[in-house]
Amino acid sequence: MNSKPRTKETPLSMDDFLKGVWEENPVFVMLLGMCPVLAVTNSTINALAMGVATTFVLVCSSILISLLRHSIPKQVRIATYIIIIATFVTIVDYVIQAISLDLYNALGAFIQLIVVNCIILSRAESYASKNRISKSVVSALGMGLGFTIALLCLGTVREILGAGTLLGFPLFGTNFEPWVVMILPPGGFFVLGSWLLIFALIKQRKTQHETQHKTLHKIKIEESSHGH
Amino acid sequence: MATESLGFIFLNALVINNFVLALFLGICPFLGVSGKLDTAFSMGLATTFVMLISSVCAYFINMVLVEFDIEFLRLIAYIAVIASAVQLVEMSMKKFSPTLFRALGIFLPLITTNCAILGLALFQTFREYDFTQSIAYSFGAGGGFIIAIMLMAGLREKLELADVPAIAQGAAMTLMIGGMLSLIFMGFAGMGGA
Repeated sequence: MNSKPRTKETPLSMDDFLKGVWEENPVFVMLLGMCPVLAVTNSTINALAMGVATTFVLVCSSILISLLRHSIPKQVRIATYIIIIATFVTIVDYVIQAISLDLYNALGAFIQLIVVNCIILSRAESYASKNRISKSVVSALGMGLGFTIALLCLGTVREILGAGTLLGFPLFGTNFEPWVVMILPPGGFFVLGSWLLIFALIKQRKTQHETQHKTLHKIKIEESSHGH
Repeated sequence: MATESLGFIFLNALVINNFVLALFLGICPFLGVSGKLDTAFSMGLATTFVMLISSVCAYFINMVLVEFDIEFLRLIAYIAVIASAVQLVEMSMKKFSPTLFRALGIFLPLITTNCAILGLALFQTFREYDFTQSIAYSFGAGGGFIIAIMLMAGLREKLELADVPAIAQGAAMTLMIGGMLSLIFMGFAGMGGA
């Protein structure tokens, strides 16, 4: 065991996992790792593959960095993290190439560019290097799932509107005129912008509801104190 | 070996396949540092500078890797060498040209691990550009980045005076503008190029 004094560690909870999925969703809330989000989401299957690949790298690098967190010198930690991440990305790169060459060609350089995805480095720096393995893994899984969900949100919308298909199956019959622009680069910007608008609207509703609730509560308390 | 002319490579990276608006590389600085025109310009210059360094580095690293038949180390070698080269340049710049350092210095560490930089290095390797072609490519890509980020910064400065609904403020609005700019740049696709 390590001899360093243990910092107080909260027990493992579901919150670690759910934080990455919803509350701190890397794409919709923290706006991290936007390049692959926009670039590879022109079809659902590409989005799914990218999400799984990124999650794999995220989890593996979190495990290794969390294991080595006491032996990595502070001064060279970022360089060490990048080398660790790059190793796993190389593995993913060759695995995808072996499984499906079509998928590999569709994703292009973006598999290798997982290295510079800010989500992974920020997880390594702010979480995996400070927490024990079980917590880091759970948190990385949550972040990975959140990222995959975000990619799927974009991928499905863009594929349905842009090609009229879902996972390659036609949805609308022959009369549907596909919105080609949705598959092209501008579509990525527009769809992500729209999702952000929707989430902003939900958030606004929620805060409005809460403030209303609070003022109602206040009024009630005042009334009851006046009554006495 | 690629046979395209230098002018075509430059133009291709500058507008036809603009790194930001057509290939989605370097979106983070494009959204994050495009609030003011002069900062955006400094960011663009710094990025071009780092692209040039990384392009030269990548060319020579790739020669070594091919020589020893260890291409599977390409990604690790690229990122390690580019990061340290930028660090080295930053240190020498701080010593010899403080004015230049003040203008570009704060951006340099930020863009070391930027997808546009690594993307440029990977693309020039895939396309087997020779040395001069790589240089032309990096200038084109850097120029394209400057164009994109300055257009965005100009629009956002104007937007500060506009009456934008509360929910659309911030990232959502910026992305919509990005989409329109990208739509405009699709027009250049008619000029050809892969």
